[in-house]
Amino acid sequence: MLITKLKSYNELIPCFSDKVFVIKCSGCKEVYLPEEEIDIFLEKQNQNIISIKRLDYLCNEDFSRTYSETYNNFIEKSDVVVIFSCGVGVQVISKILEYKKVFAGCDTNYINGFQGISAQSWDCRQCGECYLNYTGGICPITACSKHLLNGPCGGYKNGKCEVNSEMDCGWVMIYNRLLKQKKQEKLITKCRIRNYKKYISTDNKISK
Amino acid sequence: MNFKDKIIGKQFVITSEIGPPKGTNIEPHIEEALHIKDKIDAYNVTDLQSSVMRLGSLATCALLINKGLEPVFQITCRDRNRLALQSDLLSAYVLGIRNILCLTGDHPVLGDHPDAKPVFDLDSVSLLKAATDLMNGKDINGNELDGKPDFFLGAVVSPGSDPLEPQIIKMEKKIEAGAKFFQTQAVYDLKAFENFMKKVEKYNVSILGGIVLLKSAGMAKYMNENVAGVSVPDKYIKMMAEAKKEDRPKTSIKIAAELIKGMKSLCQGIHIMPLGWEKYVPLVLEESGF
Repeated sequence: MLITKLKSYNELIPCFSDKVFVIKCSGCKEVYLPEEEIDIFLEKQNQNIISIKRLDYLCNEDFSRTYSETYNNFIEKSDVVVIFSCGVGVQVISKILEYKKVFAGCDTNYINGFQGISAQSWDCRQCGECYLNYTGGICPITACSKHLLNGPCGGYKNGKCEVNSEMDCGWVMIYNRLLKQKKQEKLITKCRIRNYKKYISTDNKISK
Repeated sequence: MNFKDKIIGKQFVITSEIGPPKGTNIEPHIEEALHIKDKIDAYNVTDLQSSVMRLGSLATCALLINKGLEPVFQITCRDRNRLALQSDLLSAYVLGIRNILCLTGDHPVLGDHPDAKPVFDLDSVSLLKAATDLMNGKDINGNELDGKPDFFLGAVVSPGSDPLEPQIIKMEKKIEAGAKFFQTQAVYDLKAFENFMKKVEKYNVSILGGIVLLKSAGMAKYMNENVAGVSVPDKYIKMMAEAKKEDRPKTSIKIAAELIKGMKSLCQGIHIMPLGWEKYVPLVLEESGF
């Protein structure tokens, strides 16, 4: 199971410097969405928000395609789409809106117990420190066989991973996605080191 | 003059490679290294190359130092978490090791223990940062050290990767994290290498072009299909295919020498990976004009 936590204001506020379309995912009942905290935060960002929608199951690609068609006029008017959901929801919307800046508003934490309702092309390891905002919405932890955070290793060939010639190299996918958004310089960010304490935290055992 | 001083002094450097054996029989490898010591500035010692469990790089580096040879300690993130990596860097320093080559490492599924846990707690960039932090008297978490090491840090880059841009972006991150020299994946295409060198000129770091001795046309084809960032041009495959078996080393030496001569004016050194053909290294260097 998983819970989502609102990202820090420091990380979130820059996402709201342009026109923003906001989606909150109220899908699965297993996920705790910090909705009250999200609403308090959004109220302060009101001037740049085009619209806020509360939708179900962003993890379902068919649903998300329908949503993005339905709300296309809001999306068109926005520079950025901010998603409050688990990591899978953000990855699905990022894929559908490939040329758009899509940002995660939450970190996803692991809590004990069953997870997953249906098989997915996307995976969220509930690492507690969502990296999707730096990687064009493709998760380096689940898409890279070595879960590298600072760019590709030297092992990709024809865009495929060294462990399996059928598997796309996660970092080549990230690079190509950022290239489409003309944001490839985003890859040159500070050296990132994973904080495993966020993943294996005793706090997360207290389910809410 | 040691490896670091030569690089800083902008002199051309030549490194070779020792791949420790799967077992304890290290003597022949040390003998081979001693045999070519007049021409080699430093010896890279690989860290469980190809993810195959073997004798360790740290111990082999220490043995080289005892014989008066200068090692480059290759350290990967595949098998150790950040505690063990930092500890091994400190151990390397007290054993007299100064040159460190930081790599991410191959995935364990490629080796002889494919069921092992892949660690990758750090990666090449964060490992370089950890080594730099240690040199500044602190561990990666900012805790003070009692006595700090001094290293000459290096990293790798793959100039033949497609797309190349992500490699260069990562290279920039490695430089920012402390890398002072780079050794490259095997180069067979001088034009592509020249193009790469033009793109990275601005970084002002020393680059040692990689040389892998071709053993046969089959090996070249295998590498083209399976080894990331390597593409052997058809003309070399043809040369190897047409050579009689006993003439293959001669042809291989000729190809390597041609590449080295071409690289001399492009980069600051060469890194020879003989992969078992150590005995031909002196001939390669001789034919390249060293």
